[in-house]
Amino acid sequence: MSTKSVEEINSRIREGKCVVVTAEEMIDIVASEGPKGAAKKVDVVTTGTFGTMCSSGAFLNFGHASPKMKASKVFINEVEAYAGIAAVDCYMGATQVREGDPLNAVHPGAFTYGGGHVIEDLVAGKEVTLTATSYGTDCYPARRLTKTLTLSDFRDAILHNPRNAYQNYNCAVNLSDRTIYTYMGILRPRMNNATFSTSGQLSPLLNDPYYRTIGIGTRIFLGGGTGVVSWAGTQHAPLTPRNERGIPTGGAGTLTVTGDLKQMNQRYLRGASLAGYGTSLMVGIGVPIPVLDEEVAYHAGVSNREIQCPVVDYGNDYPQGTGEPLGLVNYEELFSGSVEVRGKRIPTSPLASVVRAREIANILKSWISEGTFALGAAQELFPTAPERVKVPE
Amino acid sequence: MATSKNVLLIFHQEVMYKPIIHNLVRNFDLIFNILEAKILPRREGRLILELAGDEEAVRNGIEFLESEGVTVRTIADQSRRDEELCVHCGACTAVCRPDALAVNPETLEVEFFPERCVACGLCETACPMKALKGVNIERLGDAV
Repeated sequence: MSTKSVEEINSRIREGKCVVVTAEEMIDIVASEGPKGAAKKVDVVTTGTFGTMCSSGAFLNFGHASPKMKASKVFINEVEAYAGIAAVDCYMGATQVREGDPLNAVHPGAFTYGGGHVIEDLVAGKEVTLTATSYGTDCYPARRLTKTLTLSDFRDAILHNPRNAYQNYNCAVNLSDRTIYTYMGILRPRMNNATFSTSGQLSPLLNDPYYRTIGIGTRIFLGGGTGVVSWAGTQHAPLTPRNERGIPTGGAGTLTVTGDLKQMNQRYLRGASLAGYGTSLMVGIGVPIPVLDEEVAYHAGVSNREIQCPVVDYGNDYPQGTGEPLGLVNYEELFSGSVEVRGKRIPTSPLASVVRAREIANILKSWISEGTFALGAAQELFPTAPERVKVPE
Repeated sequence: MATSKNVLLIFHQEVMYKPIIHNLVRNFDLIFNILEAKILPRREGRLILELAGDEEAVRNGIEFLESEGVTVRTIADQSRRDEELCVHCGACTAVCRPDALAVNPETLEVEFFPERCVACGLCETACPMKALKGVNIERLGDAV
């Protein structure tokens, strides 16, 4: 098997000779030229995803005033940030809801503002109000602080999302008799609709299903700027059953991603309000896949028809943690507008924006072809499946 | 030519007890569906109708309603999507029954057809970006 290294690809990027295509463009190349031919022709495949990703947030350091303070409770725009880290560090989590929010007192709650919105407001350059309290110490005597500031006034602002870019996910339906309001959107009773949430053939980990190239140190498009994969994400589950193409048929791998919030863009980092559920953050991520060999090429050529996900009942099975999936459906069917589940044809709705995922894959492609973005070689790879499928000739 | 139009009728306090709908049925050759009706605490009644029939009959019917003191608003002129806020995620399409919001299977963009909107308001609840405005019977028409 002929191989390329990330260093070789990076020098081609510097010379302006790198051949880079998006994951969608790669499908036809692999189909027509085979994995071997595709590996010879293409150096990098760019992927993209844009959707609501819980387990996101930002570390914020708001700097010391005089006298100094060891903040024990911190609120930004009335949304609490976890302050049990250090004197003026805090972590603003995407799903933290504003103080005094009526929550689900009148169901479904609207959840108009939360941590995800604070992060969006910061990236948009808006002024936010920070209040902090402390019990006072000999070294940090101040007990109260209120100040108005913008992102540039924070000493440091680091987006650090412990679980993003889920490799595949459930297709959600509702078998119960009432309408339910979930993180998978609004699900009508008696399986009258279905929702799903990945960008399918464009999605990062579906194009590198065994994590052969994506690992710690992989440089990525993150929230409109750049960032890195800093660890496997929480709930990373490489042992999820896989199909004959090596694609997990359910939620599997995940990524922890990190980047400097100050160079990100509101277009790709948006606060989200999910009725009846809470707040979150929509995150835009693009991961470049270096085509090291024909196996990497083969997997980056995956298409929606070859990716299946489980249909799960969110009326009873999911919340109770019981039951079995109602079956598998593929993404070509899901994107067509309807699927058949247990003999019933039901309309489908996506929850992640493929339009924006495609935009991200194209931006990353232009960064690489213009030579402004170099690949980061993975310094350590993630736990993966014990065996890999064979690459066809 | 046959046409169909979704309209909001606002009955102010003065005309609330007049047999206006009765006369609309009797004197105009119109087919209509009452999609939603609501009485608001500010002493105002609201009705969302799908009016169908000959173009002229629809026009005459609306003229009659207005001459009786009913405020008539075309829903398509009122419902809007903030294009800056919309990210084309598709969450709204899960609840839109008349397909006023639908994913284009080719481009996967969420397309908005305001003339199909019946102002049920469900998309306002479903949209995580709060990009859909004026699509609810209570608030529709207020800005005019």
